[in-house]
Amino acid sequence: MKPEFWSITETVKHVITGEITAQQIVDGALDRITFLDREVGAFLEVDKDGARKQAAEIDRKRAAGEPLGSLVGVPVALKDNLVTKDLVTTAGSKILEGWVPPYDATVVTKLRAAGAIIVGKTNLDEFGMGSSTERSAYKQTKNPWDPSRVPGGSSGGSAAAVSAGMCVASLGTDTGGSIRQPAAFCGIVGLKPTYGRVSRWGAVAFASSLDQIGPLTRTVADAAAVLQVIAGHDPRDATSLEAPVPSYVDALTGKVEGLRIGIPHEFFAAADESAGPEEEGLGFTPNPGPEEEGLGFTPNPGIEPEVRAAIERTIAALTERGAITVDISLPHTALALPAYYIVAPAEASSNLSRYDGVRYGKRVDASELLELYRRTRGAGFGPEVKRRIMLGTYALRSGYYDAYYKKAQQIRTLIKRDFDRAFRFCDVVLTPTTPGVAFQFGAKTSPLDMYLGDVFTLSCNLAGLPGINVPCGVTTGGLPIGVQLLGKPLDEPTLLRTAGVIESAVGLGTRRPSGAGGI
Amino acid sequence: MPEQIEKQTKQTEMERMLETWEPVIGLEVHVQLATRSKAFSPSACEFGAPANSLTDPVVLGMPGTLPVFNRAALELALKLGVATGSQIRARSRFARKHYFYPDQPKGYQISQYDEPLCEKGHVDLIVGGAIKRIKLERIHLEEDAGKNTHVGAVSHVDLNRAGVPLVEVVSAPEITSAEEAAEFMRALHRLVRWLEISEADMEKGQLRCDANVSIRLRGEDRLGTRTELKNINSFRFVQNAVENEILRQIRIVESGGRVTRETRLWDADLGQSAPMRSKEEANDYRYFPDPDLPPLVVDGALMGGILKKLPELPAARFERYQKQHGLAVDDARTLVSDRGLADYFDALVTAHPGDRSGRMLANWMLTELLGALNAEGKEITQSPVPAATLSALIVLVENGTISGKIGKEIFAETYQTGEAPLAIVDRRGVRQISDEAALWEVIDRVVAANPKQADGYLAGKDQLFGFFVGQVMKETQGRANPSMTSDLLRKRLGR
Repeated sequence: MKPEFWSITETVKHVITGEITAQQIVDGALDRITFLDREVGAFLEVDKDGARKQAAEIDRKRAAGEPLGSLVGVPVALKDNLVTKDLVTTAGSKILEGWVPPYDATVVTKLRAAGAIIVGKTNLDEFGMGSSTERSAYKQTKNPWDPSRVPGGSSGGSAAAVSAGMCVASLGTDTGGSIRQPAAFCGIVGLKPTYGRVSRWGAVAFASSLDQIGPLTRTVADAAAVLQVIAGHDPRDATSLEAPVPSYVDALTGKVEGLRIGIPHEFFAAADESAGPEEEGLGFTPNPGPEEEGLGFTPNPGIEPEVRAAIERTIAALTERGAITVDISLPHTALALPAYYIVAPAEASSNLSRYDGVRYGKRVDASELLELYRRTRGAGFGPEVKRRIMLGTYALRSGYYDAYYKKAQQIRTLIKRDFDRAFRFCDVVLTPTTPGVAFQFGAKTSPLDMYLGDVFTLSCNLAGLPGINVPCGVTTGGLPIGVQLLGKPLDEPTLLRTAGVIESAVGLGTRRPSGAGGI
Repeated sequence: MPEQIEKQTKQTEMERMLETWEPVIGLEVHVQLATRSKAFSPSACEFGAPANSLTDPVVLGMPGTLPVFNRAALELALKLGVATGSQIRARSRFARKHYFYPDQPKGYQISQYDEPLCEKGHVDLIVGGAIKRIKLERIHLEEDAGKNTHVGAVSHVDLNRAGVPLVEVVSAPEITSAEEAAEFMRALHRLVRWLEISEADMEKGQLRCDANVSIRLRGEDRLGTRTELKNINSFRFVQNAVENEILRQIRIVESGGRVTRETRLWDADLGQSAPMRSKEEANDYRYFPDPDLPPLVVDGALMGGILKKLPELPAARFERYQKQHGLAVDDARTLVSDRGLADYFDALVTAHPGDRSGRMLANWMLTELLGALNAEGKEITQSPVPAATLSALIVLVENGTISGKIGKEIFAETYQTGEAPLAIVDRRGVRQISDEAALWEVIDRVVAANPKQADGYLAGKDQLFGFFVGQVMKETQGRANPSMTSDLLRKRLGR
């Protein structure tokens, strides 16, 4: 038996029937991590003892005939910005080096209750701020498909671990694409649920109004199975939704007949042809061309030809199965990036104020209070985090709130309205997840280059919608390509159903990464 | 007595100055709300618990924690909003107010900024016999900070207080004297206790005050440069600190200087304020709506419930007691100084037959009952004498069953033993003698036994009348009806 690439369904079935013990699964996963992770670098912390203890408990329960959960025996990795009781949680930052939380995130509690086995904590860009995991304060994570390339980010460790078969599923967080983009780069499924669908209690906050926890898995059915466990209202998160949780697993009917798929032309138009909408009262040009002064950069970097071709094949596969494409317009798309880079840093600058060296985490002592703060934060935060704290602090300065944060929130409303309107004509929106495939380490030197790679994934967070990445092919160079589906609020079932069809039509099948560690 | 002279000199100087200058004062009062748990987490709110024992991951500002608003605090704040006649916002918002300090675990305080819960209310002060209305700019909800203590070079942080729900009550700048500022504090103190939304114990920091003070020439419309006084946490400190600041500012301006806009810390021991280091106040709070907390929605059902439970307010009772029950200003003011007193008085009025006994009831309550309670250090709510019992006793005096003097003795016994007044009267046999024949008999006997005094009285020694009254009372163990005794004695003595 080779359990490392089993799906959740297979794993659970084999544990329940007793063909394999949870202990054996965990030992296999831990061996594989030991073997592979030296090369991949997906994990910041491997909890061997904890994992073995959980496995032993599951085997005891099974022997005693006690009820077993829907994820029983499934090895799961957690992005290291998800708080775990008694297990070091750093959020990829030196400022939290060695911090052992006294409590579990709600998603962790739910996973444990369902029988999942937490094998470790995965690498990420510091506090989730990055798109390549290169901004981790601890280590580099390599893309299992090509070790010279990044796994994406910020949930790069979670994506690489699942992709390389070091665990069956992982959780990430997505603030502007941090689940979907690394999933695309690593050739796996990554789901960002509707804002409020999954409790944020225990997710180290980056940007509170955008952050959402979601699963990274190798199959769509696995994503559904994990979401089934972690979704739902949590009295400890005032922004979590009370809507009942539908059956995500049952949503996977394999059918898309009559499904209306919205193709937003703004996402596909090349930079120089992206036309601005006729605007109502914004007071500035929302979608300036590259030569205009407004934004100072090209908001749409253009899609790499192989990605575009894969997306077109995906659309064709869907229409062959009875889906209907609808041309839609999301006129404020170009404003998503600038709005995001106001809202996210503003909230981050606030959320990161708590790291002052007084109560937990790193402290660099000083004789003066102000000096203590300066030294602690100076030594504890990396350059990207500092950059965003400065951006955010600037945006929230007294007298500038209206011009920046408030205006950015107004843009969010416009983007939300774009989607509301579009969803009157279609059931899902389909776009590339990223303009290109996984890039080389160090390829994106300027922060702006890095930010631009997220241009397709940001709108989803700004509008609070669910979004999913599904692999839809590989390049001639052997790198995975991902397609993104965006859905109506709380319509994860339709996303999963569509994703399931894409998976079986144009997915990666049995192709596995063969880059890092000789997988 | 140099101190007294100094005080008098200061007083005269102040009076002269106030002919030219008008002080303008606005107060910001923080009131801790008496909820069981904290504003945004389950830790308990208590005073005096061991340091940092009332904390949890939220209070400690740990990564990944989220605030969830305690709705109990909203109800208490709404009571105050309604009682101050404020406009209540149907949707208000929490905002983050950022500053770094060890007593502020998240690096920001959850407060309200441009969308506060209440606006445009008022607090009614009782100044002399009249009511003066001071407008409020706003009342908003926020969380308290922890406490820093410094021991030598080492600083300690106690986060027990962090996260305790507060309302901040901001008055309009229309308080015009230090006395009025102190009276505002008293009125607010009375009101929040009246509404049972806070113990408002200033020694425990449950009611705290900052004052914004400026001066301007009388008749001027524009406001002068203001200073903010912090740390004035007793009624007396408020008065002293504000008075001191008014004087300080007038002296600066009169000597050609300018008032600097700054925050000053009141030192009650030295009796003066000093500017806070500018580093400590150079904050840009970077307010923005807290994305972790949805808007605070107040709907009709919630407001209906609040309105239904709202008691009659002190200012209204103050006026009612004078108009309807004919009480003196001082008695009315005493009764409304505490909800328990006013409620007892109302119960007394309700229990008592007829509605013309207000002054008598207040008298008995304030003199006899409060006297006895005070002697034991008890509150009115601990009174062993229920209102109905006190009323029954007063009825006995009013209908002549016992004299007022005996009544006081009976009261003392009721207070001690709880026995019903009438039962004591009967057991002791101290019913007043109002029977003419019986009184004649005693008077005849007394006059016959004291012929010299009778002659003396007839000869014009008026003071001897008291002697005969005393003798009659002695013979009857004080039970003789006093007014009948006087009438009959006059007839008997022939003058």
